[in-house]
Amino acid sequence: MTTTRLRHSHIDLALHQVRAGTGRALLLLHGLGERSPEAVPHEARSWPGPVFALDFTGHGESTMPRGGGYTCEQLMGDADTALGHLGSATVMGRGLGAYVALLLAGARPADVRGAILCDGLGLAGGGPAPLTPQIIFANPDGTGTPDGHALAELARDVRPPDYATAFLRQAAQLSGLDQPVIVCAMERPEWLLAVLQELDREPQTQEEAIAAFAGAD
Amino acid sequence: MFPGARRPDRRRYVDTHGLRLAVSEWGDEGAQALLLAHGGFDFAGTYDGLAARLADAGYRVVCWDQRGHGDSDHADLYSWDADVRDVLAVLDSLQAEPIAVVGHSKGGAVMTHLIQAMPHRVKAFVNIDGIPTHRPPPDVADHERTRLLAQELSGWLDHRRGASERVRKPGTLAELAQRRQRMNPRLSLDWLRYLATIGARKDAEGWRWKIDPVLRPGGFGPHRATWDLRRFASLPVPLLGILATEPEPMGWGTDPSEVEPYLPKSARVVSVQGAGHFVHIEQPDAVAEMIVDFVGAAR
Repeated sequence: MTTTRLRHSHIDLALHQVRAGTGRALLLLHGLGERSPEAVPHEARSWPGPVFALDFTGHGESTMPRGGGYTCEQLMGDADTALGHLGSATVMGRGLGAYVALLLAGARPADVRGAILCDGLGLAGGGPAPLTPQIIFANPDGTGTPDGHALAELARDVRPPDYATAFLRQAAQLSGLDQPVIVCAMERPEWLLAVLQELDREPQTQEEAIAAFAGAD
Repeated sequence: MFPGARRPDRRRYVDTHGLRLAVSEWGDEGAQALLLAHGGFDFAGTYDGLAARLADAGYRVVCWDQRGHGDSDHADLYSWDADVRDVLAVLDSLQAEPIAVVGHSKGGAVMTHLIQAMPHRVKAFVNIDGIPTHRPPPDVADHERTRLLAQELSGWLDHRRGASERVRKPGTLAELAQRRQRMNPRLSLDWLRYLATIGARKDAEGWRWKIDPVLRPGGFGPHRATWDLRRFASLPVPLLGILATEPEPMGWGTDPSEVEPYLPKSARVVSVQGAGHFVHIEQPDAVAEMIVDFVGAAR
């Protein structure tokens, strides 16, 4: 496994090449509190090209920021930095990474060649509407990543269904892909139910999703 | 120097989870405290006029440069939650007893969240042109709206990709004042030049604004102003809303009749005629008097 350091704003990100290869990359985005896997996950082994995995800000080998301040949009910027390095990619996200994969698919429809949304930690976030305001205090436990602020803040960020579907529509209209997003998750928070309804497609297995995008342009 | 404006009597720093915030204070340290929050892309020095007047009226006036702004550290990350947590760090450095707070624009919104999260720490709230408005987005077809969002998103991401190398453009004080006037068209060049001497620093190539170049006006996200507006009615402290009447780029364009149904029955809302979004800079005497009357009555 080789690791490349990429700069996103004030953050140094770790992008790991989990498997070498030629052709379009598969970019793996981990769940909340996780880090990149050291080997290609079983479900993605049939991917024909190289496989990369990104450590989000405050996770794995990426920078541990001072004083928190996480948003999913900022993590979308993390993923976009990796995408800029790779050129184009199919993005497979777990939990929090699945939500970020959807955002990125909508924001960079020409470069994201399919997003696969899988179960994982942090899929729901803080629900569709804001909770009662609360000041979050995290106590970093001194053992490094994951950052306590990330765990606290990204478990309660608001994810309105129509915000999620706005990104889906962009991916659908601007990517040129027949199906730009495939849902594999069994957990269905409201944003993901809205995405499924708008997609009007049945959820698929991760292996099916990998096969579908491996053959796409 | 600017007539009626005064630099703070004291400067100090507060730590917020590893990040250093610059705090400015005007007036007697033993006097009743007022905590001020500046708007987005501003800094504590933009209160040099209002704070001097409030200090002269007998208050200890405290304001901090928000993360990434003024003399505070440039943060690795910026978010709403982080800004509100930062306010509490400043408040904790001041007093445990309830305090009167004043917020302009984004500062008003940050204070609104502080009050909702920590109602026992605040006893009165003055919101200067920061009450969000309830206005539907332009009526465009879905397809067209999607394209608009796409441009906004790719523009933001492009900015982020290059942000680590970005620096603020250097210039003379007069040039910085002229550039700032585009966003603050109602403020005089003399005032903006005065602000540049505080909010910018000089290096070999000229003056540059201190604000983190990563920060960028506008943007997008899941948050909606109407969510905040709908929670105004439940604010459990006396509220004075000061609204500008002249439209301008940084303003919310809030119409009093639109927001009144959402405000607590006890709230007092004042529209200041002939003033724009920076009403406290355009009419510092009038705004200081309103604050002193209101906070005095809430004692």
